[in-house]
Amino acid sequence: MIPTLFGAAVLVFVLLRLIPGDTCELRLAGSGAYFDESALKICREQAGLNEPMAVQFARWMWGIVRFDFGYSMWTGRPVTEEIALRFQLSLQVAIMATITATILAIPLGAISAVKQNTWVDYVTRGFSIAGLAMPAFWLGILIILGLLISTQRFLGEPWMPPLEYIPLWEDPGRNLIQLIWPALATGYRFSAVATRMTRSALLEVLREDYVRTARAKGLIEKLIMRRHALKNALLPVATVIGLEFAFLIGGLVVTEQVFNLNGVGKLFVEAVGNHDYTLTQALVMLVALVFILTNFVIDILYAWLDPRIRYR
Amino acid sequence: MVELRSEAIAAAKEEEDTPRRFLREAVRDLVFRKPLGAAGLAIILLMIAMALLAPVIAPYNPVANVYEKIHQPPSVENWLGTDQFGRDILSRIIYGARTALLVGFVSSLVGATLGLVLGVASAYFGGRFDLVFQRVMDVFMAFPLIIMALAVVSIFGTGVQNVILAITIPIIPRCARVVRASALAIREIPYVDAARAMGFGHGRIILRHMVPNVMAPYLIMLTSFMAQAILLEASLSYLGLGVQEPVPAWGLMLQGGAEEYAESAPWIAIFPGLAISLSVFAFNLFGDAVRDALDPRLRSD
Repeated sequence: MIPTLFGAAVLVFVLLRLIPGDTCELRLAGSGAYFDESALKICREQAGLNEPMAVQFARWMWGIVRFDFGYSMWTGRPVTEEIALRFQLSLQVAIMATITATILAIPLGAISAVKQNTWVDYVTRGFSIAGLAMPAFWLGILIILGLLISTQRFLGEPWMPPLEYIPLWEDPGRNLIQLIWPALATGYRFSAVATRMTRSALLEVLREDYVRTARAKGLIEKLIMRRHALKNALLPVATVIGLEFAFLIGGLVVTEQVFNLNGVGKLFVEAVGNHDYTLTQALVMLVALVFILTNFVIDILYAWLDPRIRYR
Repeated sequence: MVELRSEAIAAAKEEEDTPRRFLREAVRDLVFRKPLGAAGLAIILLMIAMALLAPVIAPYNPVANVYEKIHQPPSVENWLGTDQFGRDILSRIIYGARTALLVGFVSSLVGATLGLVLGVASAYFGGRFDLVFQRVMDVFMAFPLIIMALAVVSIFGTGVQNVILAITIPIIPRCARVVRASALAIREIPYVDAARAMGFGHGRIILRHMVPNVMAPYLIMLTSFMAQAILLEASLSYLGLGVQEPVPAWGLMLQGGAEEYAESAPWIAIFPGLAISLSVFAFNLFGDAVRDALDPRLRSD
């Protein structure tokens, strides 16, 4: 875990400094006024960019150890402050999308597996394969389009979800009405992945000997499904859901763009564009940390769901 | 009589050996056994034809701005309408197939192949090399695909070539990991030891003895990455960080006017998205068929 994070730190640190230009050049050139080398030098000194790379890296690492992530090179505000609100938003959308996907995927996948090769199965499979094919941002555009047109028709005036992010505890109603749409747009694709996984895992389990034994001893089908089949099939499903969730923390970039949400993904694009080294570095570490932590949680979950792994 | 029969057998054999007959049988087999996979392949072939014949099929110049015809709804003249610069959407979709397929094929082919060689090499050499290689792959896998691609684009800049590079790089470790797992099992099979005993070099053992035996996971990864690469290219272009105007690309077509004019000109938003979905759908269907055919463990029924 720690070596991977350290590797990610080295990678992002070096990569960022490969990009031609730095934040000082960008800021001074952006202000439009004439600037000379001395102004550039002062700016770089303030940002600590004039020091050797090794020193910069050591300073950054020393900061991380003390949970000090420094100040944004672009806005001058603490990095933690910049990230906090946006991370909240992305996390909430990711969690909502995960809930949507789980609620949809497990029953759909189970029905599809139990009624294999009937019309129920075909409809479910069609639904999920369409979800895999549709880009989330296009679905987002379609949702906005549908909202605009239907509100125009039924309410008389077009309505859009509010643009400004309101934290959940301040106004739950407005918060949910704003975030439900992006959550649905990403949740559909997500549920498609999970549905397919549930179906194939369950199909495999249903052919196992212990399911046949359960049937032979006359157990009712409902109990077989709940106790014997579904419980064993959920293992790979949990993995897929966990991996997709981890992916969503940083991978919402496109959906955030469609719905104009100021999430982590959008912040990342901005930070890279501004050559804001400190902010980009912190964001990358955050995304990597979430990714690695999720994998860790999946491993623990595995042991909990499957005692065989625990005893090995 | 005997001669005649042997002649007939020879003739039949000859016919059997002709590549045309082989192809016909392969097609028939595919259509009957895997109708969905065949449908996917048909759409893919159609797209390839569309991309190759774009100058012949496309009714208009895809990059010519026609300011008298801005935001025309679908009509006889412009089947799918026109966009905010008066460009014909159908023509842009037809030319867009070139971009999508180019990026999809090249990046998944290069990425998966590099992943194949690296994964097999890692499994073959084992030991410290394998350990270090795995840790490096871990680092690359610690980010979502799109973040990695965004990082590459911001270093090398936008444009078709850089988009291909940006999609190729994150594919490599993902393919390498899967291929390595299969290659580890193959390494233990005696023919690899036999090849080593014959005094063959590492390169020869890897390329001639191990790589052909991990073709199944490689092909599965390759086909599934094609769909992902097309989707990723569309996403990058949509963000404005991929292919740049005026090159016709599906994701790019959704970027500019699509949202702004969603209400007054919904066709701008609908058709390019359909093109993306249909092509990804086709590659997914084909990929599923390939997986079913090559991986008996995952065979669905």
